[in-house]
Amino acid sequence: MSLGPDILKIKDLKKNFGSLAVLKGLTLTVRQGEVLVIIGPSGCGKSTLLRCLNGLEPVQGGQIIFGGQYLTDPHINWSRTRQRIGMVFQNYELFPHLTALDNVLLGLIRVQKRSKTEALAIAERWLTRVGLWDRRGSFPRQLSGGQKQRVAIVRALALEPEIMLFDEVTASLDPEMVREVLDVIVNLAKDGRTMLIVTHEMAFAKAVADRVIFMDEGLIVEDAKPEVFFENPATERARRFLNIFQFSDIHKPQEPSASPLAKEAQDVKESNDAKESNDAKDSKEPELS
Amino acid sequence: MDFIDWDFIVSRAPLFWAAAKLTVKLAVGGILLAAALGFLCAVARFYRIPVFNQIAYFYIELARNTPLMVQLFFLYFGLPRLGLVWEGQTCAIVGLTFLGGAYMAEAFRGGLAAINRNQVESALSIGLSRIQTLRYVIAPQALAVAWPAISATVIFLMKETSVFSIVALPDLMYVAKDLLKEGHSGETNLLLILSYLTIILPVSLFFGRMERRLRFAGFGS
Amino acid sequence: MLDSALSVFRMGRNMARLMEGLGVTLEISVVAVGLSLIFGVPLGLMMAGSNRPLKWLLRGYLEFVRVMPILALLFIFYYSLSKFWNINLSALTVSIFVFTLWGAAEMGDLVRGAVTSLPRHQWDSARALGLSEGQVSFRVIIPQAIRRLLPGVINLTTRMIKTTPFVFFINLPDLLKVGQQIVEVSGLRYPLASVWVYGFIFIIYFVICYPISLFSRYLERRWAS
Repeated sequence: MSLGPDILKIKDLKKNFGSLAVLKGLTLTVRQGEVLVIIGPSGCGKSTLLRCLNGLEPVQGGQIIFGGQYLTDPHINWSRTRQRIGMVFQNYELFPHLTALDNVLLGLIRVQKRSKTEALAIAERWLTRVGLWDRRGSFPRQLSGGQKQRVAIVRALALEPEIMLFDEVTASLDPEMVREVLDVIVNLAKDGRTMLIVTHEMAFAKAVADRVIFMDEGLIVEDAKPEVFFENPATERARRFLNIFQFSDIHKPQEPSASPLAKEAQDVKESNDAKESNDAKDSKEPELS
Repeated sequence: MDFIDWDFIVSRAPLFWAAAKLTVKLAVGGILLAAALGFLCAVARFYRIPVFNQIAYFYIELARNTPLMVQLFFLYFGLPRLGLVWEGQTCAIVGLTFLGGAYMAEAFRGGLAAINRNQVESALSIGLSRIQTLRYVIAPQALAVAWPAISATVIFLMKETSVFSIVALPDLMYVAKDLLKEGHSGETNLLLILSYLTIILPVSLFFGRMERRLRFAGFGS
Repeated sequence: MLDSALSVFRMGRNMARLMEGLGVTLEISVVAVGLSLIFGVPLGLMMAGSNRPLKWLLRGYLEFVRVMPILALLFIFYYSLSKFWNINLSALTVSIFVFTLWGAAEMGDLVRGAVTSLPRHQWDSARALGLSEGQVSFRVIIPQAIRRLLPGVINLTTRMIKTTPFVFFINLPDLLKVGQQIVEVSGLRYPLASVWVYGFIFIIYFVICYPISLFSRYLERRWAS
């Protein structure tokens, strides 16, 4: 995959919640067309990092430079900037009073001031691509979790952002719906879209990432190619973290799987199970032990 | 009440009609202003806008924990002594707004508080401004949640208009009390009941209908 | 200015009379709330019951009381019953009657809400434990229903207190009526009497109702789940 110029530079980023330091001087560069998967234990600051990139959290120090613009400038016009940075959340926050189509149209019409026909054409193209055009009239409560999350992705993508942020987008889904959402993201990766993905789906991370960023205690501990990171992590902390997922593998009865594809689906499902037990103790405590 | 004197009813009905129009006029004015005032206070409370938040809290508690009649007596008989002279109608509308604004504020605030914080972030993340977020995302959902409380407040305020004769306004109660001097208390009371039913019942039915529609729309994601 | 305020309250028995007026206000509220509870509980159980015609009848009664201004009801019962039908009722009796008529309906609706909101399995699981019907009611259902009921009952109490000034219209010497009489008498000597007296009454209502509503909110929060 050919990578373009640097699109996002994060320098020495610091973020505190009160006296608790969540990001302790984080530095990272992302090139255009790159897919970064960010993993790490709960409370390591990975979600906070994405929220800082979308201006949802004020930062206490450092710089974020996106396409030549300083996002850490307090006078930045966030409304304009957020159209260039798409974000999808864990809890598929669709607007419950609007249909799937109206959810997608809202930003196109109200933010980008496009005409109704133009906006409709864009919405149709995207909803069709994720297989939900025929559900356009449904309200969020009538859609499954996976469908809602696909609409949420489309809602962000329709604004043609230059970079997409995915914050644990499958963490709240039933296991059987994880795949349909991940497939959409894999397809976007094939398009050469720049993406930052926070996830607990290890098999997915392995498949989609150009680089894996492993975070712990507010810092980047490893930054490596996926095959390197998953086969041979450089640090003890990363090895311990990956072991959590291994551990759950060992205790499951191994089903004989013929095709590699079925094996992958199995992995997705199991890492999802592991994630759930992991999330159960999700709290503000920064350490995992 | 062996029989009803229909002639009396027919001949006096126009008096009640005129009084009912006055009641409706004052109620509509007061309720609309109360909704506006309540909205501002709810926003000040919800976003915790410094100073305004505290002022709104103080006002809401003061207005909700005192009777309209006492508020009106103070406005109409007290304040003119301090140099602020009101006309009866102005005073009635100001009083109803003062009382109703606080109830409306609490109703709206309940609706706003029911909206998930993530909704705001989702709206901001697609580039909507704060005002647009309020207009297109928060307000429609909050209104649906707050509707039963708004509905109760509207009915309550319409009923409270019955005290306006104390500020010398010829409203329904005033007319009824005046007519009692002619005897015919049965007919007078019948006209009084019918007048209030005619004014308030349709409003009550309308709000109830809307409430059921909003409930069936069932926004729960 | 303050001098004139003090003088108004010191003049004659003014302060004592205001307190007597307050007594009337509180008497109506307390008695009406008590009676509303006594009548409201059985009404509410009937509203939650299975007798359909009775339920419709009670529903109609509730809606009528909700739509009609209390002042109109006071007026109608005072002037119709006591004057037209020659039943001589004191203004105090009529007030308590009308407030109870209203309060019992509202209380009934609160009781209905509390009872019907209890999940069905509460009865089933209590019976499954082998409790008698009486034990089911007194140990399981009623304690839970009271928790759901109490904030509403307290709320209704403050609404009643705030509605008491209506008795002014049937010449009952409540707090506001006494205040008005005092202003009429002393207004000539002290032009600011109306400011002080009505301001004072305003504050009295606030001092009574504010703590009660705080308490109701506290209970709501504590028993929220």
